[in-house]
Amino acid sequence: METLDTKTSKAKPTNTTNSRVMKPKIRAENVDVFYGDFQAIYDISLDIPEKAITAFIGPSGCGKSTLLRMFNRMNDYIEGFHMNGTIRIDGKEIYDPSINVEELRKMVGMVFQKPNPFPKTVFENVAYGLRIQGIKDSEYIEERVVESLKQATLYEELNGNLQKQALSLSGGQQQRLCIARALAVKPSVLLMDEPTSALDPISTGKIEDLIHELKKNYTIAIVTHNMQQAGRVSEKTAFLYMGRLIEYGNTNKIFTNPDKERTENYITGRFG
Amino acid sequence: MTHLDKEIQLLKDDMLELMFLVKTQLEKCKKAFTDFDLEIAEEVTSNEKRVDSMELKIDRDCENIFALFNPVAVDLRFVMATFKVNSDLERLGDHANSIAKYILDFGEPIEDEAVESMRIEEMFEISIQMLNNVFNAFIKEDTELARKVFSKDKVLNEINREASEKTRELIEKNPEHITNYLYLFSIIRKLERVGDLTKNVAEELIFYIEAKVLKHKKVKVKNNND
Repeated sequence: METLDTKTSKAKPTNTTNSRVMKPKIRAENVDVFYGDFQAIYDISLDIPEKAITAFIGPSGCGKSTLLRMFNRMNDYIEGFHMNGTIRIDGKEIYDPSINVEELRKMVGMVFQKPNPFPKTVFENVAYGLRIQGIKDSEYIEERVVESLKQATLYEELNGNLQKQALSLSGGQQQRLCIARALAVKPSVLLMDEPTSALDPISTGKIEDLIHELKKNYTIAIVTHNMQQAGRVSEKTAFLYMGRLIEYGNTNKIFTNPDKERTENYITGRFG
Repeated sequence: MTHLDKEIQLLKDDMLELMFLVKTQLEKCKKAFTDFDLEIAEEVTSNEKRVDSMELKIDRDCENIFALFNPVAVDLRFVMATFKVNSDLERLGDHANSIAKYILDFGEPIEDEAVESMRIEEMFEISIQMLNNVFNAFIKEDTELARKVFSKDKVLNEINREASEKTRELIEKNPEHITNYLYLFSIIRKLERVGDLTKNVAEELIFYIEAKVLKHKKVKVKNNND
């Protein structure tokens, strides 16, 4: 698995709790994000532990998706975007001008709310990332496609028919295909932006099982509106409100005895 | 008010009703004992079914809230605490029922000297104060009030520890009353359990309100007699 660097910063993020036991994969420090005059994120610092699942929760517009997209520089394309602070992955500042963004995105895969397969075969969808990297070794590509589909627990359901059109799959299968597509290029971080919000409970269950399985090898950050999902899948939970990180800590602590009243009011459904 | 808030309020109301019922049961036991009023003792035994049915209802309501609302944080602690307090209250009801049955079995009032030396009325008084403390602590969500039961429970334990020796002395002195002394001894044992269970209730209230687990921990108690 590819990493940018193995050095970690000596600076201590301010808003972390209980994260010292887990090795940080991503370290955000004093991050502000602006879209033109609008400030979407205010001074967020946190560590995302390696090979664990971190959930981002908060009401709509609180900045959780913006923060997630900061980790693979997806906000770069938004007009007026600028930021302060630093985000390091494996100790390397990802907003440093010397960073190759394509390389970064190979390492930090992303899965979106709505499954977005290409109108191609299953095989071509998963092979896409490898092909645009210039890989031509068809044996290697096939090996990666099969392995990724297996990792995404989709391979068996396809009964070996990888030539099936991706758009003919069910919503849950399409989402797992998108996960397989992200896995094919061997990322070390997976960002998931409400990956199950468009899915039925059975497909949601399969994706959640898959997320659990994937954390053995990947660092996963997930944005979710579903409190129970955050509770079920994650080790760490960050609660954001109006662009600020209100509370960040172990998920079981957040869901049984949060430190901040605002967190409690949100997770118990009393506001938001 | 959210849907869950309403469910929790209903659960609180039921819990208060059960606490009040159990407290009344024990107060009636005390009266039945001090006045040797067998009618009141009968009342306690016939009310036992109400305690049991309320316990079942509260159990079912907790189960529904867990299954349907997935409570978290303070709501989760409340439902968890209620679930445990419910079981403690049912057992408190059982002890009140057993005490009432002992009174019905006495056959005759027990001489004051024996009652005094075994400090039974004092035990009744302290147990009822403890139940009053947790009852009010629950209404006011006041953990200071809940903590008051810890020192009182120690007094009950002390009386209980002295009980065997005192029973032996009484039996030696008046062997013809051995059966009644054994009943007194059994009542002391029951009241000691009442103290323990009320202490459990207080611990659960503290868990719900402060998220602190006091179970199986030595608690420093303040000396107060209110």
